Amino acid sequence: MKERVYDTVYLSEKDFETGRVLYETWVPNARYAWDAGIAIGRYLAELKAGRLVGVHCPSCGRILVPPRMFCQDCFVPTDGFVPLQDTGTVVTFSICNVRWDMVRLEHPLIPAVIAIDGASPGMGILHLLGEVDPQAVRVGMRVRAVWKPPEEREGAITDIRYFKPLE
Amino acid sequence: MSLLERVAHPDQTKAWYGEIPIQNRYTAGIAGERFFREIKDHGRFWGIRCPHCDLIYVPPRLYCERCFAQLEEWVEVPTTGRVHTFTVVHIDLDGNPLPEPRIVAFIQLDGTDGGLVHDLGEVDPEDVCIGMCVEAVFKDPAERRGSITDIRYFRPVG
Amino acid sequence: MARNRVAIVGAGMTKFVRRAQETAKELAWEAASKALESCEMTLDDIDAVVIGTAPEAFDGVHMKSEYLSDGCGGWGKPVIRGYVGGGTGVFAPIQGWYHVASGLFDTVLVVCEEKMSSCQPHPQGAFLTIFDHTTERPLGPNLLWIFALEMNAYMTRYGLSKRDIALVSVKNKRNAADHPAALLGDPNITVEDVLNSEVLAWPVQRLDVSPVTDGAVAVVMAAEHVARRVTNKPVWVEGVGWCLDTAYWTNRDLSYPTYVEEAARMAYKMAGITEPRKQIHIAEPYDPFDYKELHHLEGLLLFDKGKAPEATALGITQRDGDLPVCPSGGLLGVGNPIAAAGLMKVAELFWQLRGEAGARQVPGQPKRGVAQAWGDLMQVGTVIVLGV
Repeated sequence: MKERVYDTVYLSEKDFETGRVLYETWVPNARYAWDAGIAIGRYLAELKAGRLVGVHCPSCGRILVPPRMFCQDCFVPTDGFVPLQDTGTVVTFSICNVRWDMVRLEHPLIPAVIAIDGASPGMGILHLLGEVDPQAVRVGMRVRAVWKPPEEREGAITDIRYFKPLE
Repeated sequence: MSLLERVAHPDQTKAWYGEIPIQNRYTAGIAGERFFREIKDHGRFWGIRCPHCDLIYVPPRLYCERCFAQLEEWVEVPTTGRVHTFTVVHIDLDGNPLPEPRIVAFIQLDGTDGGLVHDLGEVDPEDVCIGMCVEAVFKDPAERRGSITDIRYFRPVG
Repeated sequence: MARNRVAIVGAGMTKFVRRAQETAKELAWEAASKALESCEMTLDDIDAVVIGTAPEAFDGVHMKSEYLSDGCGGWGKPVIRGYVGGGTGVFAPIQGWYHVASGLFDTVLVVCEEKMSSCQPHPQGAFLTIFDHTTERPLGPNLLWIFALEMNAYMTRYGLSKRDIALVSVKNKRNAADHPAALLGDPNITVEDVLNSEVLAWPVQRLDVSPVTDGAVAVVMAAEHVARRVTNKPVWVEGVGWCLDTAYWTNRDLSYPTYVEEAARMAYKMAGITEPRKQIHIAEPYDPFDYKELHHLEGLLLFDKGKAPEATALGITQRDGDLPVCPSGGLLGVGNPIAAAGLMKVAELFWQLRGEAGARQVPGQPKRGVAQAWGDLMQVGTVIVLGV
C-alpha cells in the first residue's frame, strides 16, 4: 500500500527562517462584538451584583446553568430565572502548565468543571480554582466562589476570581 | 419572543468583545515556489501546459483541474497581455476615501489561458479600456522578495 | 426505503507531515489522484465530489471547500462540503454513501484535507473559539483544558492510572512504525517515555496527545454495478451513524461518550450487528489522545464501561489480539490533520479488509471493521461499519 501514499514535501521551521521557501503572511484582523443575549445578558448582570443564576425548564423541571432561553432537551422556552448559591462541587479538574500557544506558564492554572449548588445535579460551569495547592485538589471537593469587590465587577464571568475550598 | 421585546435603554443591550488571535502563513506550494522564484530572480513569468487539455495555466499549478493529470511542461510566457476586465476603486476596507483612485485589472497574458489580477499604473482611469495591451513593470531586483508585489503594476504598451 | 449498495473501491493519501510545502489544494490533489490511480479510474468516471475540511481559520482561506474544489476533482461537478470538526473524516464518507445509496450518483470521490501549519503561532489560537465567547473565554482557556478535564473525569470515575492509559500511546506509536505515511511512528517507545514526557495540562502529557499535522486522504465510492466492474474486492458500507451532543459540555457526564454510543447503535442497526464484540473484527476509534481510544471503545459498545484499559493491558487490542484496535497506528502514531485523520482510519479498514495492509496486516482475514471519529466541542460521534 506504499504506492498509495504520495511523497509529500515536508519542511522545517528553519526553511522559513532562512527563506529557503517562499511564503506570505496575513493577519485576518478578526474582531467581534457578540451579543450577550437574553439569558446570558441577565447572567452577567447578576454576576455584577455578586450572584449566580440559573433557569427553570417547565417541561423537565431541571434548573439549568449557564442560563439559556430554551431547554435543549425538551426544546421549550425556559420560564424563569432561579437564584443559585455560589458554592459547588468539583466534577473534574486539570492542572495546566502551558498557554494556548504552548508557552509555559509561570504558575499553573487549575481549570475545573464545578457543579453549582441549587442547580440540577451535574449542572457544571467552567471556572478556575485558586488558593489551593494543585496537588490537594480532588474530584468531589467542595468549593466557594471568591468574588471581586463590587466596584471592580463589570458583568463578566471573571467577576468571580476563582473558587476556593470550603473549609 | 426575544425579537419582539423592546429594549428601554441602550445599557440593556450588552455585547462581549473579543478576537481570534491568529495569523496565517501560506507556503507558495510546489508550483508556486517556482513561479515566484522566476519572478524574483529573473523578472519573468512561467506558465505550465496541460498536454491533454491543450491549456497553458498562469499562475502555473501542480495538476490540471480538468483532467487531473500531473503537470510537468513548464513554459516561459510573455510579460505582456490584454486587460480582460478592470475596476476603479475609490474607498478602502473601512469605507474611507482613498487618496487616489486605484485601478485593478485582470490581465490575460498573451498566448496563455490564464492571467494575473494586478494594479494598472502610468495610466488615467478614463483611458483604460477592456482589450487594452499592457506590460508588466517589475521592481528592482534588490527589492523583490518572491511575491506578487514584485510586479509593481501593468502599464499600457507603447 | 429503497437504498443501493455502496462500496469503497479505491483509496490514497499524502504523507502526514508537520508542515508541508504543498498548498492545501496540492495536498488535496495528491491524495485524490492517488485514490483514483488505485482503482484505475479517471476524473471523468466521477459523478460527484464530497469534501471534508475543518475550520477556515487553519488554512486562512474563506470558503475552504470552494478553494479546495479543483484539487479535489470538483471542477464542473456537483460538490458538497461537510464539516463536523474531527468527526469529518468519517462523516465525509457517510455523505459519500448517501450520494450513491440514494441513487442520485453512481460514483463519488471523497476527499478530506487539513493544512494546520499555516495557522500561526499555533492552531490552538483558532481552536479557542470552541469555548463560549462570554462565559468561558475570559478565563483564558486553551484547548488542552477540555481534554484534560474529560480525561480526569474518566480516570477518576474508574480509578485508572496514567500507566493504564499510556499503554495505548505505546501500542499506537509502535503500530505506526509500519505505516508509510506516519509522522510519529516509533517502534521503540515505552510506557516510561510517555510517563516522563512534559506535563502540559495534567493529566495530559506531551506523548498522550497527537500534534498539529498537515495531510489529506481520499477514497472512491461506487454503486454496486460499478464497484463490481472496477475491483474484485469491493469493501461494502454496511452501516452508518452519527450523533451530536449538547454544546453545554459542562452539563454532560464527561466520563462516557454518549454521542458515540448513539452513533454506533444507529450504524450497528443498519449493519444488522447484534453482538458487536463478536461481529466486529477490527476497530479504528478516534485517538487524538490515548485516553480517547479507551473512552470511544466503550462508547462503541466493544468493552464495558471502564473496562477498555484492562483489555489493553491484556494485549487484546494488539494487532494479533482478539480485537485489534488502531492497527494503523491511529492519530497518535500516524498524525492528526483534523478532517483527514478519520478518513485515514476508513482507508486503513479498506486496506485491512482487502489484505493489502502490508506489515500492518491483521491476521485471520478480518471481514468486518468499524471506524469512528469525533470532533467539535467533544460533541459529535460519527461511525461507519465496513465489510467484505
